[in-house]
Amino acid sequence: MLDDFFVRALIAGVGIAVMAGPLGCFVIWRRMAYFGDTMAHSALLGVALSLLLELNLMLSVFIVAAVVSVLLLFLQRRGALSTDALLGILSHSALSFGLVIVAFMTWVRIDLVGFLFGDILAVTESDIDIIWGGGILVVFAIVYLWRPLLASTVNPELAEAEGLQPERARLFFMLLMALVIAIAMKIVGILLITSLLIIPAATARRFSTSPEVMAVLASVIGALAVTGGLFGSLHWDTPSGPSIVVAAVGLFALSLLPIGRRPIEAAHHSTPGGHH
Amino acid sequence: MLNFRSPETLPLVNLSNAGVSRNGRWLVRGVEFSISPGEIVTLIGPNGSGKSTTAKTAIGVLKPDEGYVERKPGLKVGYVPQKLAVDWTLPLTVERLMTLTGPLRGREIEEALAATGVLHLAKSEVQHLSGGEFQRALLARAIARKPDLLVLDEPVQGVDFSGEIALYELIKQIRNRTGCGILLISHDLHIVMAETDTVVCLNGHVCCRGTPQAVSQSPEYQRLFGRRAANTLAVYSHHHDHTHLPDGRVLHADGSITEHCFPGDGHHHDDQQNVHDHGEDCGCGHHTRLHGYEQKEKRDA
Repeated sequence: MLDDFFVRALIAGVGIAVMAGPLGCFVIWRRMAYFGDTMAHSALLGVALSLLLELNLMLSVFIVAAVVSVLLLFLQRRGALSTDALLGILSHSALSFGLVIVAFMTWVRIDLVGFLFGDILAVTESDIDIIWGGGILVVFAIVYLWRPLLASTVNPELAEAEGLQPERARLFFMLLMALVIAIAMKIVGILLITSLLIIPAATARRFSTSPEVMAVLASVIGALAVTGGLFGSLHWDTPSGPSIVVAAVGLFALSLLPIGRRPIEAAHHSTPGGHH
Repeated sequence: MLNFRSPETLPLVNLSNAGVSRNGRWLVRGVEFSISPGEIVTLIGPNGSGKSTTAKTAIGVLKPDEGYVERKPGLKVGYVPQKLAVDWTLPLTVERLMTLTGPLRGREIEEALAATGVLHLAKSEVQHLSGGEFQRALLARAIARKPDLLVLDEPVQGVDFSGEIALYELIKQIRNRTGCGILLISHDLHIVMAETDTVVCLNGHVCCRGTPQAVSQSPEYQRLFGRRAANTLAVYSHHHDHTHLPDGRVLHADGSITEHCFPGDGHHHDDQQNVHDHGEDCGCGHHTRLHGYEQKEKRDA
């Protein structure tokens, strides 16, 4: 029989995969992988602040991630440095500030590895409520924002010209990212959240004929990776985050195999008289 | 040719002394023109002359830093941007591209794709199209939503000569059938669509404006372009009262040199030379506006 903690982790992980799927598609379509990393790394600063100020953990992670993304928008507008340089500065400074603050708080014992790489033992029942509540919110928001988000991904000026308010969509998108990072941190870990966004979406690309199909497939593939990874984590006593990522990469590698890639050629080979 | 313009129709968009600046530099300044239903306005000018900036200001993507832009309330725009690159990670078929900014019925999609001649590519991914096919798909997308104002930023780029003629014919048909206004940006400084009502020549400001001359009557052009093209294309002859020097300064007809050039600088001729060759009663509306310029100049002086 499976243990309670494991079932909780499984339910929580699948919930995270479901909301990470469509969001992750936008991350790769918009080439924002490094941006996602930056927001995720700032989560450790959120953890440190929550311990320091005795705030709710998810709330403070969400706030810090949202502030970092707004800060990035502001710095981008100033235009003094390129975006990737800004991301590098923000990402590592947030991570380092977090680690330094944690080191100063000698009175707090903190499982740093658990925060960085995820810990399936840490999932409580109230976490599951938050994950599924937040997950449903995220999925509804994405469905609602789908058209403006997709149009502004293709071309923001086109979206603006045809009345779709791309700036607003972008802002909501960043808030949704912050929310997913805050929610997913416990399971996947701060350092690996972005991979749960990117790898299932990248895996789904090959099998997708439309953006909508890709978003749904990414959720399904993410859920498979979470399930596989958590079983692996339980079996080999490895940290849950890396185990999930390894499972996701495995699925991605499978998607690269040329199975069913060329239906035209396959049809050609199966023509009568084609066997020698 | 149908004439949709009448004094009662409100312009779809009206730019009044509009200027856009970035980092203390004017990208474009003192732009004046309006587009009425059924009217085709063509913007021409060298690279970096502010054509795209002007078009984006007209449709509200950019806000003017000077002057103002008025749009008809509830104006529905169909836009074909100059550059549009779809990341290959985004699985987007031509069919799906059509409903990018708003829902459409299946028949509307088919009609628009058939009109631009790319119906057979409906199921293809946009990344696999050639430059010309992609332009046609983008044009189909813009017309399928039945806009009041169609804004086409170099719609014939990457399209060969006969394709260009065909696209211009299509744009003319769209105008005649739907009566929408069209703002066209042309990559060519001298050859414009014959149906163009007003040509606005930009180089950081409005250098000159006017109507193109039909080339279909001229035997030389007919030989040069071919009969079909001669009916579609027209020649625009510029009447500038100033020259843009290589260093960006401006040499005026009166011999003076200024750093910039815009209507209020006091170096421009009055309207007769600055504008086109038809009279006050042509109904194009430029004359009244240019009288406005003149008054502004006097006031400034």
